[in-house]
Amino acid sequence: MTATAPMTGGGVKERHSAAPEVRERNRRRASRRNVGSALLFLSPWILGFLVFTAWPMIYSAYLSLTDYDVINDPNFVGFENYAQLAADPKVLLALGNTAFFTLVQVPLYIIVSLALALLLDRAGRASGFFRTVFFLPKMTPPVAVGVLFLLLFNGQNGLVNTVLGWFGIDGPAWTTDPAWVKPGLIFMSLWTVGSSVIILLAALRNVPETLYESAKLDGAGFWRTSFSITLPMISPALFFIIIVNTIAGLQTFDEAYTAFFGAGNTTYSNDAALFYVIYLFQQAFEFLNMGYASAMAWCLFLVIMIVTAIQLIVSRRFVYYEGDR
Amino acid sequence: MHRSRRISWTAGVAIAVVAMGGCAVGTGGGAQEDTAEYDSGATLDGELSVMGFSGVDEVATSRVDFAEAELGDVEVELIEGDLDIQQFLSAVASGEPPELLYADRDQIGSLAARGAIIPLERCIEGEGIDMGQFRESAVDQVTLDGQVYGIPEFNQVQVTMANADLLAAAGVSIEDVNGSDRAAMTEANRALTKSDGGSLSVIGVDSKLPEFLPLWVAAAGGSLLSEDGRTASLDSQEAVDALTWGVGIYEDQGGFSAVKAFRDSADFFGEGNQFATNVLGAMPMEQWYINVLNEASPDAPMAFDTVRTTSGEPIAFAGGSAWAIPSGTENAAAACRWARAMTSVDAWRAAADARLAVREDEGKPFTGILTGNSVADEEIRGMVTSGGEPWDAGVEAMYEANDHTVSLPANPADAEFEQAMQDAVNSVLNGEATAEEALAEAQETAQKALDEGWKTLEERGAE
Repeated sequence: MTATAPMTGGGVKERHSAAPEVRERNRRRASRRNVGSALLFLSPWILGFLVFTAWPMIYSAYLSLTDYDVINDPNFVGFENYAQLAADPKVLLALGNTAFFTLVQVPLYIIVSLALALLLDRAGRASGFFRTVFFLPKMTPPVAVGVLFLLLFNGQNGLVNTVLGWFGIDGPAWTTDPAWVKPGLIFMSLWTVGSSVIILLAALRNVPETLYESAKLDGAGFWRTSFSITLPMISPALFFIIIVNTIAGLQTFDEAYTAFFGAGNTTYSNDAALFYVIYLFQQAFEFLNMGYASAMAWCLFLVIMIVTAIQLIVSRRFVYYEGDR
Repeated sequence: MHRSRRISWTAGVAIAVVAMGGCAVGTGGGAQEDTAEYDSGATLDGELSVMGFSGVDEVATSRVDFAEAELGDVEVELIEGDLDIQQFLSAVASGEPPELLYADRDQIGSLAARGAIIPLERCIEGEGIDMGQFRESAVDQVTLDGQVYGIPEFNQVQVTMANADLLAAAGVSIEDVNGSDRAAMTEANRALTKSDGGSLSVIGVDSKLPEFLPLWVAAAGGSLLSEDGRTASLDSQEAVDALTWGVGIYEDQGGFSAVKAFRDSADFFGEGNQFATNVLGAMPMEQWYINVLNEASPDAPMAFDTVRTTSGEPIAFAGGSAWAIPSGTENAAAACRWARAMTSVDAWRAAADARLAVREDEGKPFTGILTGNSVADEEIRGMVTSGGEPWDAGVEAMYEANDHTVSLPANPADAEFEQAMQDAVNSVLNGEATAEEALAEAQETAQKALDEGWKTLEERGAE
């Protein structure tokens, strides 16, 4: 007995000390199983990401260091493409056009989206109908929007100038005057505010009514309520739209290309509409300078990363998340 | 540990670089050696896929039938749609090119320089293609560094088209707007132009910039590119004068911006076209527009002439299509036979017969077909039926223009050259530069592209 007692005691002790290890082992095993299951379910996406995103990105980084025309093998040229890019006046022109477009278009887009969302929020039962109406233009293919731009903004007899004429305003040549090409494209881009309106409307509907009631009791007016309650409460949605539209602005291509460089104008173009991605496309698919185009793509990626990082830093100060402490 | 990790990373990066280099697609050295046996008497078989040719009208189908009969047992597949150059290059790079390519002649030089298509000397000799039948301007466009890379097919030329009623009302004639006297054309433009409440209501003359700058330069005896395709002369005096004059035509009407906006608002292909609605005095235009006008507005008060040089001779700037054989193709013999058959006098005769029959059924005149083959053109010209005036004069001008064509030679930087030229013209049209400044910059850009293109071509040839 005495011989077994310590053993028994030791066994109990061992079981006590072993139990957490077993539990840990089981937990790890379960965790590994979960990770395995998660990876299995995620594998289509992971595979797609690796094949269609990660690999092309890595490969384009490699191509950016080469002279490559699709037909012949890439010829390694080091950082020559990047040096050439820095000295290319068209790159500067395209960057300037893109920066102007983004800086003007994004705030305007947000203001119009927000205004329409606020109107819809007060539209009562009719809001469903108008929500659909506002969203419908978003369904229009961008190429069609580019063609539509040429028709609506035609300086001679386009609808926009016709309407301006009713108010005694002699509209400009939106599609041919370099000074008005970018403003025209910016106005045309408002055609697709529908998706942002829907997001902002959802955010507005999520603001607790009690906050407005409290503010009203405290005597807050419209502006005070808007700036102290509405805007902070929808700031995450606003921030999302700003980020997404800034990136879209920096990558703008379809409408301007269709209107000024594609089927709408096979020979006429306008430097005022030469956005960065259009120039990149020309280098890649018209001149077959794939190496140079890849270098351009990586520079754009860098610019977008920096701009987005700045926006994220700034957002810490201005964006309010309800869950945050 | 750290050291081994560093080694692992270095090895990983090295493997990745090697892998990427290995994965880099490309034929690995331009045009592959043409080992096909070309013999016009040989019986052919296998497959023939044709990229870029999507003709569905009677002119296309009748020749396709003819070519298929010539090919015997070869199975022909027409890949639908116009040529997508990226799709074609990817196919060549991946080693699975179509057997035959149908492209614009001004694309041939760049494709040849990149080794995407093969020289056709052996094909021409083996199939017995008589290149002497083809128009010199068309052959120049498919000849790079002394080697022919394409067999010309259709031809396009420009004709002066004018609204006779507007000319009469303004007291000017077709001779005043055909380019033979530029000062007279400027004056005619001023007389024809009309404005209503500050906005343009009648375009006097449309000098059709930027696309027709090469035509206006050639009409003054110049050329934008040397005959060997190596030296750009975009900043020549003829080019500066032609551009300054062409832009002046627009400035006298309130600027290109106003003219283009008005032009864009027109129903170009319909019965409300600018000539039928009396809102355009005159312009040079490709010959196919005669048919459009005849179809859409047979009663339009038209007047036609060729475009003329400053010394009064007819002139046109040739454009059009060609057949080319991709590098690495599996059935080059069939491709060559097809190219020969489709551009032969017999095939064009069949096409003309088919078109004539259709037009007669519709009770409309047969206005001819312009090809790169001068023998075929002559034969088809004899089949043309009268549509009465002014349309007969239009067809006459078209054939006269076709006999006086010029072109730019093939070069290894077609796209860059054309883009530099168009950018220059557009920057002057948009008021951003003078003709001298814009063309000087274009000259630099184009010459740089040409030099690089020729250098690459020669390096590749030396390998």
